[in-house]
Amino acid sequence: MQLSFWTYEGPPHIGAMRIATCMQGVHYVLHAPQGDTYADLLFTMIERRDVRPPVTYTTFQARDLGGDTATLFKKSVAEAYERFKPDVLLVGASCTAELIQDDPGGLALALNLPIPVVPLELPSYQRKENYGASETFYRLVRACVADYKPINKSTQPSCNILGPTALGFRHRDDVVEVKRLLEKFGVSVNVVAPAGAHPSDLARIPDAHFNIVLYPEVALTTAIWLERQFGQKFVNVTPIGVGGTRDFIKAIAEMFQIDAADFLRAETSRLVWYSRSIDSTYLTGKPVFIFGDATHAVCIARVAAEELGYQVVGLGTYSREFAREVRAAAKLYDIEALITDDYLDVEAAIKTANPALVLGTQMERHIAKRLGIPCAVISAPVHVQDFPARYSPFMGFEGANTLFDTLTHPMMMGLEEHLLGMFREDFEFHGDAGASHLGHTASPVQAEDATPLSATWDAEAERELRKIPFFVRGKARRNTEAYATQNKVTLIKLETLYDAKAYYSQ
Amino acid sequence: MNELSPLSVPVTAGCSDAPVLRERGQREVFCGLTGIVWLHRRIQDAFFLVVGSRTCAHLLQSAAGVMIFAEPRFATAIIDERDLAGLADANDELDQVVSKLIERRPEIKLLFLVGSCPSEVIKLDLSRAALRLNQRFAAENRRDLRVLSYSGSGIETTFTEGEDACLASLVPTLPAPPSTLPNLMVVGTVAEIVEDQFLRLFAALGIDNVGFLPPRRAAEMPSVGPNTKFLLVQPFLAETTAALERRGAVRIAAPFPLGVEGTTAWFTAAARAFGISAQHCANVLETPAARARDSLARHRVTLAGRKIFFFPDSQLEIPIARYLSRELGMWLSEVGTPFLHRELMAEELELLPAGTFLSEGQDVDRQLDRCRDNMPDIVVCGMGLANPLEAEGYTTKWSIELVFTPVQGFEQAADLAELFARPLRRRAMLKV
Ligand code: SF4
Repeated sequence: MQLSFWTYEGPPHIGAMRIATCMQGVHYVLHAPQGDTYADLLFTMIERRDVRPPVTYTTFQARDLGGDTATLFKKSVAEAYERFKPDVLLVGASCTAELIQDDPGGLALALNLPIPVVPLELPSYQRKENYGASETFYRLVRACVADYKPINKSTQPSCNILGPTALGFRHRDDVVEVKRLLEKFGVSVNVVAPAGAHPSDLARIPDAHFNIVLYPEVALTTAIWLERQFGQKFVNVTPIGVGGTRDFIKAIAEMFQIDAADFLRAETSRLVWYSRSIDSTYLTGKPVFIFGDATHAVCIARVAAEELGYQVVGLGTYSREFAREVRAAAKLYDIEALITDDYLDVEAAIKTANPALVLGTQMERHIAKRLGIPCAVISAPVHVQDFPARYSPFMGFEGANTLFDTLTHPMMMGLEEHLLGMFREDFEFHGDAGASHLGHTASPVQAEDATPLSATWDAEAERELRKIPFFVRGKARRNTEAYATQNKVTLIKLETLYDAKAYYSQ
Repeated sequence: MNELSPLSVPVTAGCSDAPVLRERGQREVFCGLTGIVWLHRRIQDAFFLVVGSRTCAHLLQSAAGVMIFAEPRFATAIIDERDLAGLADANDELDQVVSKLIERRPEIKLLFLVGSCPSEVIKLDLSRAALRLNQRFAAENRRDLRVLSYSGSGIETTFTEGEDACLASLVPTLPAPPSTLPNLMVVGTVAEIVEDQFLRLFAALGIDNVGFLPPRRAAEMPSVGPNTKFLLVQPFLAETTAALERRGAVRIAAPFPLGVEGTTAWFTAAARAFGISAQHCANVLETPAARARDSLARHRVTLAGRKIFFFPDSQLEIPIARYLSRELGMWLSEVGTPFLHRELMAEELELLPAGTFLSEGQDVDRQLDRCRDNMPDIVVCGMGLANPLEAEGYTTKWSIELVFTPVQGFEQAADLAELFARPLRRRAMLKV
């Protein structure tokens, strides 16, 4: 049993719903109690979908348990088929139904429906949402390519884009951007899946030369299987950031032995120049803490370090399946990766790292807000704000433009920071007023430790401390107190403050 | 009663014996765990620990939406395969989770172990766990901390029934009254602002001995005994009613305090039960009732003559439908309720216009068909259905807001109307 206040991922059947909901012609019958229908609102409210997810829940009740929940399941399947006339049916159980062991797959197959029925066995007590999405996509693809007849492949390089789903973080716009990039580079896109695909599209996946694993959390398993089954190579380089996008194009170029140099000279992002422009100098070495799904965390860390000149002081993920990749990435920045799905651990790590910017999920946004640290959201789990009305991809060169804005706007502008440093007692421009870009109401909560004070501050030292810009004041206070404790100073004076400053800047 | 009905609604036999369509298909409603979202705000030193699955945890955080506090006073003890495979004793595991929790949150005075579908299917006995933990905390000199249990599972409870189960679990622990003086208990979660208004009106009526269940703090539990009379402020409290009756308390039958008419009747029933003269009661209620009636006029312009369709959700549907039809002149196209407790609803059904189409339970796809056939002007439904219906051209009001917004009493009558008027005004405003 695990004490959980907040979860980064839902149960695996939510992952299955993300696949069913983004496709055409697929319906999912889920053996589940009524409360599990809350899942619909993730799609209709958070993502603002204008149709209900194609999911029928059996909504069995306690009184059914003694009787025949299996009959209820079969009835639900038959009625769902009649009403929705899908081309493929997914069937499965949520956590509760898994315990009553009705065998949804067997029951549905026994109905002899004239369409493929794909049973999903998603262990709810072991795995989570991304696994559920990955497994569902894999099962569906396997079922749909079962009767594949090889064709003569086109002479032009062609690919499938695998991984985008409903409720995915910026998937909607990433697909548009990556497709545009590929087509400009001369690679045609055979199928995008699962988002927008029909089962008949999945059946055509082997027609393409290769696969692009756009989101490994969802599509890597499928891509590996397709390679084994059809010899289809795959590219598992995520085109996030300028470097990531260039590497992505180069990986494809290498596969077909084409020269991408001209293309990459012509195609670029404003990030390259914006980051070099002098206004960005102030970004140099700003400590940044990154947490998210593995793919986004690793890619954003690279952008932060190589393309914006931040210093990555924290990197972590809740995707245990990809812990290895994140650990490897953390090594590049000489830090230890944080692999956890307990947000309290993340909060503690952020406090310790004391970053100037947090790049995380909605949860880290809340944490950062509490700590008064600027923050941007770079990964699922998603929130209604992560589906902006405007075009806002994270991938490709346009995505790098988005990233430049997203990753720098929460920070204070360079000149503003200097002025704040120079005129610390200005009545409307002092640290406690908060940074102007956080709005007038933002009054940062000081991330000061609640540990009992061993030393007290005299009035003069306290006044001086208040002149220190608020974003480093917490650290200054902690350091001074630590220094005082270490040197058995009980009353912190002006001298102590500067002694400590000198000590820590050695 | 005429001065209470601002519109001249023809006096009818109401819906006391009206037929009800009973449905047993797919239900698109939350489970009782959802009640935690408002209950933990109401009882400020209580903690709700769901013993369930990742789904339960996900439901709670999705229903709570943006309400992620510094550290919420609810959490889930997520059952994992070790518990299921018997590799770990689930009871020991639960005790460990509780210890960890209490260590983190020593200020907690009341801990609810909340059962879920998985905990019930594996027959994890949470009432025994509560007993065991109470004994342990007593031995550890933490008598100020009490552990209770109830079920919020989706196989047992629908949405607001979770609150019913929670309150029912509190009833046996309520203290006996210190004296034999009659006391009044108001049962059901209300916003603090509503509680304060009610207290002022009860005092003006001459009823001083008033307790609220649930209270704001664990130490403020109301007392109950044979001299207790209680008023339900929420309609979904059947189990709590039975538990209170077992303690000898007597329910004051009344419509629910929604709208001017409902609130007037509710206070009047209380006054009658406490032997307060009808004249005094009318005098006390006159001013706030008149003010509330005036405040409705603006909304009547938007709502009168409009057709409303209720999907079943909170059990508030019937009282709200009664209010909207009698005080605001709306037409009721279908009033769905997850459960119809005829006894608790008797006074409401009497007031509902004769011929109202009532349904109990749900078969969501068939109900959607009926809704489309009816072409209502506004649909009251859960969050899963609202946007898809809007996209089809219907105006909707998501029902969870009816539970999260202070809507009871005179001063909130117009706020309740506003909840329905706003989506209609908005649709009329938008030119895109
Ligand atoms: S319906 Fe049951 S399993 Fe689902 S969230 Fe509610 S209690 Fe948990």
